This record gives sequence, structure tokens and C-alpha cells, in this order.
Amino acid sequence: MNVRELFKFTGGVKPASHKAESNQAAIAVAPLSPVLTVPLRQNAGLASRPLVQAGDKVLKGQIIAGPGGSISVAIHAPTSGTVRGIETHPIPHPSGLLSPCVVIEADGEDRWIEHSAVDPYSLPVDELRMRLRDAGVVGLGGAAFPSFVKTQHSPTQDIETLILNGAECEPFITCDDLLMRTKPDEILDGAAILAHIAGAKRIVVGIEDNKPEAVSAMSTAAAKRSGLPIEVIAVPTRYPAGGEKQLIRVLTGIEIPFGKLGPDYGVQCFNVGTACATARALLSGEPMISRLVTVTGNVERPGNFEVRIGTPISDLLKLAEPKADTDRTLMGGPMMGFALPTLDAPLVKATNCILAGSKAMFPPPGPEMPCIRCGSCARACPMDLQPFEMFWFSRAKILGKAQEYHLFDCIECGCCTYVCPSRIPLVDYFRFAKSEIRAREKENEAADAARLRYEFRLEREEREKQEKAAKLAAKAAETKAKLAAAGDADEKKALIAAAMARTQEPKAEEKPSAE
Amino acid sequence: MAIGSVLLGGALGYASVKFRVEGDPLVEKIDAILPQTQCGQCGFPGCKPYAEAIAKGEADINCCPPGGEEGIRKLADLLGREFKPLSGEHGIEKPKSTAVIDENVCIGCTLCIQACPVDAIVGAAKQMHTVIASQCTGCELCLAPCPVNCIAMVPIPETIDNWKWKYPVFAVRKAA
Ligand code: SF4
Ligand code: SF4
Ligand code: SF4
Ligand code: SF4
Repeated sequence: MNVRELFKFTGGVKPASHKAESNQAAIAVAPLSPVLTVPLRQNAGLASRPLVQAGDKVLKGQIIAGPGGSISVAIHAPTSGTVRGIETHPIPHPSGLLSPCVVIEADGEDRWIEHSAVDPYSLPVDELRMRLRDAGVVGLGGAAFPSFVKTQHSPTQDIETLILNGAECEPFITCDDLLMRTKPDEILDGAAILAHIAGAKRIVVGIEDNKPEAVSAMSTAAAKRSGLPIEVIAVPTRYPAGGEKQLIRVLTGIEIPFGKLGPDYGVQCFNVGTACATARALLSGEPMISRLVTVTGNVERPGNFEVRIGTPISDLLKLAEPKADTDRTLMGGPMMGFALPTLDAPLVKATNCILAGSKAMFPPPGPEMPCIRCGSCARACPMDLQPFEMFWFSRAKILGKAQEYHLFDCIECGCCTYVCPSRIPLVDYFRFAKSEIRAREKENEAADAARLRYEFRLEREEREKQEKAAKLAAKAAETKAKLAAAGDADEKKALIAAAMARTQEPKAEEKPSAE
Repeated sequence: MAIGSVLLGGALGYASVKFRVEGDPLVEKIDAILPQTQCGQCGFPGCKPYAEAIAKGEADINCCPPGGEEGIRKLADLLGREFKPLSGEHGIEKPKSTAVIDENVCIGCTLCIQACPVDAIVGAAKQMHTVIASQCTGCELCLAPCPVNCIAMVPIPETIDNWKWKYPVFAVRKAA
């Protein structure tokens, strides 16, 4: 472990960490559930596109859905079995709404599809990116953003430093801690590959200093390696030290302004779990079909489990034996997680923690009181925002104003809600305001498109009218010329009759057709 | 027009930046607020003519049912007028819907294609027609012309993609 000067991020809070409950037991492997429900929407960006249908036999690790767009990855069968169908099913989402899932009935054999390792350093980086996409690798820190997209940066961005995020600042969650203790070499293998793809020149690992075992395991592993310089650094425990901008600030001193991201300043961050998954995808050829999940809170046997994607959360929770008074289950931690509307939902790539709670553990907050403009929230905000101003305008639904106060830079960390003496659920207001603004932007886009299409139609109708008029005029001129040429009265009559007949004809060919 | 020139002093509206500015910029600003459903419920043949009528002071700001209360509020803000509720005679605000053609019944007469102001229906003569849901504004203009009544308006369901976080007050009361 190197000794170096660290920087401090503004704001932040120090909630009780509750790490000890779940970081004692060794990692357990969750048993195979008989039916696995794999949602097609798992990554940030676009949902994946199913490639199997009811009745198909699939092997473990077989691709069952391909990327559904440029920001999307493949999804794989977590075990071998038969596809029951593409069914709508609850997924872990605060809305409790249904979403299409590939439902697989396990055959119990858990038979792998043929897969093999590659030498990442002999392949072009673009090929490596595509392999990460096709192995379904997404960020395991919680946002599930496709990792291959993050390794690609615009030519103006020169990635100098790859930061490996092992801070795990959210209370209760210990899956990254356990992973770093048990698989430091694999994590660093993956980090080196990601650094190679992104073109980074050094790797800095940031771990909160409440995880001494993880720090020492990672340091030991780093010391053994040759190649890119790797520094393992214990950062002060202070929520949200694991926020991207906060960790960058602490480790490099770089202050990233509103609206900018790490790559604009030569830094890219990956979670330690993501690095491990990268190594597994390329060095073993195993796609992302399981992940490490902390199950903790109001349970008898808290701990970390290696769980297949698609496992019902109810099955997973049972393994930790929830106590009788459990009345809610959160996905994620107490600061940034959300209450699961149903335990029917399956585990997804973004599930880092299942937290059981009770009234005793999370007493209901008292009634919301008016804001006294004490400024505590602004002092606690790690993004240097003014939550009370954003709250004021969000509550009054003056959304444009809320946006002027950099609403979209809010990372929904919950520090402001945590400190507010008036118990205002500030983050809930910010989430409301953000989704309302996004919906309106979409509506405006749709209206703009409709306006264009309508104008286009009017133009086309006008053009058609003119063309028709021109045609008629030409015909009339032609007839006139013929009439003038024809001396004989009978011939004139015949021409007039023919013209009359033409006007009676059905105008089938003039019907507009949509494009 | 006096209001118009005052407003003109401000920054150019989004619509006028993005689209060709023809004629009165106030009309463009009003048109940018209107929902572009092009349904004619306001009594004008489309949103733009209604925008023109508002700009000229010939129409009130509360005649557009698809724009709803929020649309009226925005118009009131833009024009410095008082908000007033939607005028009942032009219709009521309905949940957003799209047209769906029963493809087994459709006889391919093309009448709906001719009626659709935004070209959201595809199909050729004597072949079954389909509505491109993402382009349908829900104006209902295709319903009446269909000789076999095979078009229905279906409300857009709530999905993970269009779901919105609710205004917190309710959640707080429930939890408390
Ligand atoms: S902490 Fe709460 S009461 Fe204080 S200024 Fe912020 S929102 Fe208002
Ligand atoms: S939730 Fe948003 S506003 Fe509140 S402290 Fe965090 S970043 Fe700041
Ligand atoms: S009523 Fe229909 S046509 Fe009139 S402005 Fe509103 S959406 Fe446009
Ligand atoms: S499909 Fe029907 S309801 Fe939809 S925009 Fe066209 S005419 Fe209006």
C-alpha cells in the first residue's frame, strides 16, 4: 500500500456501516432454482432482443438474447434447460410493472456450452469490446451500464487512469469486499484488460478503509504483478466515497464540473466486480450469468451468495432466513436502494444487495415538515448542489428552474434526505422531477416529429394538387391544339366526347399512399 | 402584436431554432406549445391555424383538449394571460391513446390513410393497413372514415419505459 496524499470531496455523511453482519461468512453458492426468469431489460440503455423461443433447448452460457441497440449487451442462459417462453413477469423495479423475460425450466444438469479462453493481448481492442458485449458484461456496481461502451471514448478523450472502484460505501453491502478478499488476482487481471482496451497507463484501486482485509489482499496481489503500475489506496470511509466523481476527486484531486464525466478528464472508473467479470469473460470464456449478492438486514444468516441471474429473489432471501417481523425488502442499500414491490421478481445483473427490513430497523420517518432553509442538505451534498432550492422548485413543479439548479447532476445518493431536520424526502422529489422532465422531453420530441410529418403531408398534398392542375392544363392545351388542327366538325365532337369520358374515369391511381 | 414584439426581445424559442421560421415568431412559439395532435377539436384545421388564431386574438387559449391543463398553463405563461380551465365545448382531456386497426376486419380501402394528418398509417389499396404506434398522435381522425369500423383507440399502457416516479406527497402519507 502506497502512502500518498489524498483529496477530500465536499459533503457526504457517515451513516452506521452495518458491514460486519454480512462480511463474516464465506461466500456461499445459491442452489439452482427449478425455474429461472431472465429479464430482457437488464442493462442501462436498450433492452436485449430475444433469440430463443418456447421449446428451445439451451445450454448454460448460451446466448438467449442479443444486444438490442448500440448501448445494450447479450444475455445468456444461466443454466441448461428448456425455454418455457418469453413471458411478461415482474422485474426488480420500483414500479412493480411487468416486463418480458426469457423463462427457462432448468434440467438440473447445468451443462455448459462450449467456451474457450482468448489471449486478450493478441486481439485488436475492438474485437475485445465486442467480446465483452457478447459476454453480457455490464457494470456490477448497481447501474448495469454496458462495460464495452465505457471502454470506448471519443478521440478527444485520452484515458490516463483507470480507477477500480472497491469503495463500497453504501451501508450493509459487502459483496465487493468479499470479492476483493477472495479473487484479487482475477480482479486485477480484468482491470489490466480494461485498462488495455481503454488505453489507460495506470490503475488506481480505491477501497474504503473500513475493509482492511480487502485492502491487504488487493495490495498483495498488486505487488506480485508486472506490467501497468497499480496502486491500491485506502480511502477514508465517508458516504458516498464510491460515487464516481467523489472517488475520482479523492484519488486524483480532479474536480469534475457539472455536466462533465470522468473520461473528459482522462479518468474512467470500473467496479471491482465488473473487472472480475471481464477477466472471466475473456480468460475463461464464461459470460455473465451469475453475480455476487449480499443478503442482509433483518435476517438470521446474513452473508454473500454467488447467485445465477434469473433466480427468484424469494428463493435467495430464504437462504438467509428472514426474521418473522420482516415487512419489506430492498434491492440495494438503505441510502440508494428501493423497496421491491414483489419478491416474485428475479435477480438481475444490477442486484448487488437484498436487504430485509422491519419497522424496528427502519422506523417510519415522522411527518414531513416545512423546509427551514437551514442549509444542512447543501453542506451534505457531495455534488455541491443546493438541494433545498431544487426541492422548492420540484415541489412546486417548476421543473425548468429545478433544472437550472443542476437537478440532473444529482446522483440520488440520499445524503440530503439523511440530514434534513424537517424529514423531507428530498430524493423522492428529485426522482419525481427528473422523470417528469424526461417524459416531457420525450413528448416534445414526439410533437416535433408530428409537426414535421404534418407539414410534410401538407406540402405533398399541395404539390400533388399543383401537379394535377399542370397535367390538366397540358391536356387542355393539347386538346385545343388538336381542335384547331381538326377542321372537320365530327372529329371535334369525337375529341370532346373522349375528354368527357376521361373525366368520368375512376381516379384509382391518384390515391395517396403512405411511405 | 404588441405582446409579440415584447416576447420577441427574449431568446428565440426552441422551435424557431430547429425549424424554418416562416412568418410570425409568436405563432411559432404558440405552435411549439400545442401538442401537434392535429385533431381539429379546437375548431381549426390543425394546431398551426389555431396558433395563428390565438396570436391574432381570435381564439381563446383553452380550446385544445389534447394539450390539457398543462398546455393552457404554458400558453397563459407565454402570453401573460390568466389561466382558465379547458372549455367544455371542445372536448375533454383523455388519456393518451393510439389507434389500432383490427387487421382481420380491415378491407384495405385506404380511407384512413387519407384521413391521417401525420401519415401514421401504412398499407396499400386492398391490403391490410397498420398504424405505426410511435407516430400516431391519437387524433381519432381515422375513426369516422373507416367503413367497417375496424379502428379503435387504445390507451397507451404504463410500461417500465414510460413509467414515472410519482409526486412524493402521496407516498409520504401512505408510509406515515
Ligand atoms: S436540510 Fe431540509 S430543512 Fe434544511 S435547508 Fe435542506 S431541505 Fe430545508
Ligand atoms: S441526493 Fe442529490 S441533492 Fe441530495 S445530496 Fe445526493 S447528490 Fe446532493
Ligand atoms: S385541438 Fe387538436 S388540432 Fe387543435 S391545437 Fe389541440 S391538438 Fe392541435
Ligand atoms: S392513426 Fe388515426 S389516430 Fe393516429 S394519428 Fe393517424 S388519424 Fe390520428
